[in-house]
Amino acid sequence: MSDIAARPVMAADEEGPFRRFLRQTEIDSRLLGMVGALALIWIGFHLYGYFVNGFGAFLTPRNLWNLSVQTASIGIMATGMVLVIVTRNIDLSVGSVLGLCAMVMGVMQVWYLPQWLGLGHPALWIITVIMGLAVGTAVGAFHGWLIAYLRIPAFIVTLGGLLVWRGVAYLIARGETVSPVDSRFALLGGGPFGSIGATGSWIVGLIACAAIVALIITGRRQRQRFQFPVRPVWAEVFMAVVGCGFVVAVVLLVNSYPWPVGIVRQYAEARGIEIPDGGLFIAHGFAIPVLILLAVGIAMTFIATRTRFGRYVFAIGGNPEAAELAGINTRWVTLKVFALMGFLCGLSAVIASARLNSATNALGTLDELYVIASAVIGGTSLAGGLGTIYGAILGALVMQSLQTGMVLVGFDSAVQQIVVGTVLVVAVLMDTIYRRRAR
Amino acid sequence: MNAKPARTRTAGKPATAAPARKAKPTGQPKVAAAANGATPLVEMRDISIAFGGVRAVDHASVDLYPGEVVGLLGHNGAGKSTLIKILSGAYPRDHGQIYINGQEAQIANPRDAKAYGIETIYQTLALADNVDAAANLFLGRELRTRWGTLDDVAMEAQARKVMGRLNPNFRRFKDPVVALSGGQRQSVAIARAILFNARILIMDEPTAALGPQETAQVAELIKQLKADGIGIFLISHDIHDVFDLADRVFVMKNGQVVGQAPTVAVTKDEVLGMIILGKCPPGAIPGPGAMAA
Repeated sequence: MSDIAARPVMAADEEGPFRRFLRQTEIDSRLLGMVGALALIWIGFHLYGYFVNGFGAFLTPRNLWNLSVQTASIGIMATGMVLVIVTRNIDLSVGSVLGLCAMVMGVMQVWYLPQWLGLGHPALWIITVIMGLAVGTAVGAFHGWLIAYLRIPAFIVTLGGLLVWRGVAYLIARGETVSPVDSRFALLGGGPFGSIGATGSWIVGLIACAAIVALIITGRRQRQRFQFPVRPVWAEVFMAVVGCGFVVAVVLLVNSYPWPVGIVRQYAEARGIEIPDGGLFIAHGFAIPVLILLAVGIAMTFIATRTRFGRYVFAIGGNPEAAELAGINTRWVTLKVFALMGFLCGLSAVIASARLNSATNALGTLDELYVIASAVIGGTSLAGGLGTIYGAILGALVMQSLQTGMVLVGFDSAVQQIVVGTVLVVAVLMDTIYRRRAR
Repeated sequence: MNAKPARTRTAGKPATAAPARKAKPTGQPKVAAAANGATPLVEMRDISIAFGGVRAVDHASVDLYPGEVVGLLGHNGAGKSTLIKILSGAYPRDHGQIYINGQEAQIANPRDAKAYGIETIYQTLALADNVDAAANLFLGRELRTRWGTLDDVAMEAQARKVMGRLNPNFRRFKDPVVALSGGQRQSVAIARAILFNARILIMDEPTAALGPQETAQVAELIKQLKADGIGIFLISHDIHDVFDLADRVFVMKNGQVVGQAPTVAVTKDEVLGMIILGKCPPGAIPGPGAMAA
């Protein structure tokens, strides 16, 4: 008896300082949980590799750099999926739309545009990318129209889209693989040349640090101006230091992954540079797709939290009837959400096909599942109304880490499927428990 | 029927609800005490709406003057909420006209209604549960910075001001409204309605979810708003909620207006008779739904 009675008091005492820390810094405890899970996965795979296979391959600059590039395509689509799921919809067609956009872009830049512009024309990749984004947006808007104005459930519309657009992509190129893509276009997929190097990465890092500090300062000033409660100064400083420290660590990481020796030799020969003894160290730095993901993450966070459209998306998810009664044009907002999703599929198609250096008919197959899983693992509630962009990107990183890790330690694909499926269900279970506690 | 031949553009469907058996005139005489020859703030004339085969509102006419509280009474399903949702733009009407200050109003959706200064506090409160009080207060009418982004700080400042007037103990500006108590949610809904200088306020069962103290607060607020010249429709199935606050009552039954009466001219029991039997007492002006005498 006395034991049971004493427990809550003890728990409150134990959690006191930590809870207070979270409250004062306004750190989302879910974010901490996700970062913890990610750390567990990374360290787990590294140690497993170290003890079972004799070398830990996971926590190496090379693997983490590759991981960042592999996350880009899914991560970009996951940010859009957050808004789709927040409005109580679902999009099962993203993989097929990606495949369609990739195929349209492949055919454009390999078969048609070179006939008019000449092979390797500098505008070729721009026209191609615009085409891809336009096709994605149009397909997404069409889905949105069917869902919002003709009132067909999103599940059905996009399930149909899953089949239709894969079929259309097949017909466009008669099932052929279209390659190689334009050389400038290929840079968008990453690789040694599709990265911005050490100096560029430092510049990006410094801009990011400056932005973090500026955001914290302006946020504090705004709240002071209206005399709202503000965070304690130590919490603001702590957040700034952690944020900047993280950015610097990431820059150091991507700058410690050198170009492969073969590519360095080619590069040196082409430029007439003498390779010194012990090899020439040229760092990759941030890959372009990762920067695109970063830009998309920032833009989508801005859209979700700072614009009217984003506010309406969340209001619709919270209570569709109330949103309608408040005078929000819910159908138009829904259409725009799906158009945005389509646009992001087009962008992911650019990265995926550039990385593969070709457009294949299977590109993006099963992506819808990884994208939805990323959003859900990242805390997006399937009941609608709740979700964050950074959560979805972290979710994509978790999914990709699992995949990569299992390949690295040599699990076969059957085991991989079982693990990914289990993780998805367990993640949602944990989320449900978390929300019930938070009530 | 009515003198105005003007058809509303909102009546997308053919006016199915104009059957021959409804031949009696529906333009009712005004209550002299309320009218005094003044233009009503709102006049809903000969309104009908049908859902499938059910005629939810059947040639109903109601009006409201500035600074007046009009109670709209009737059983559950009598059509009062539906009638009022037509005024607030939530339902498109099949038939009839709405006049605001004597001018015919085009109300096709909630945005139109708000543009006419019509604000509604719904029975369900119609709050977006997952966002905070300020976001709900400004839903659909967000304040923006000069770059077109949401000005959350300014919205929170205004929310603090108006909530401070309605419910001085309210502190939970950062929590989603789903976490608030019934009374707190109600004050958010009321704050939203009065924030934008409403001229016409519709309150659908405003005190249904409230305790005695909060109910008294709402009553006080209604008197305040009335003094400001705002016209208020009070909708309730419980006569006791409405009788003491209202200047005039309309009673509805089966989608029709049974009759109207100034509250000084009738007793609660007489109004109950109107609600239950559809029988008009001498002090009331019978409508199309009144039981034949």
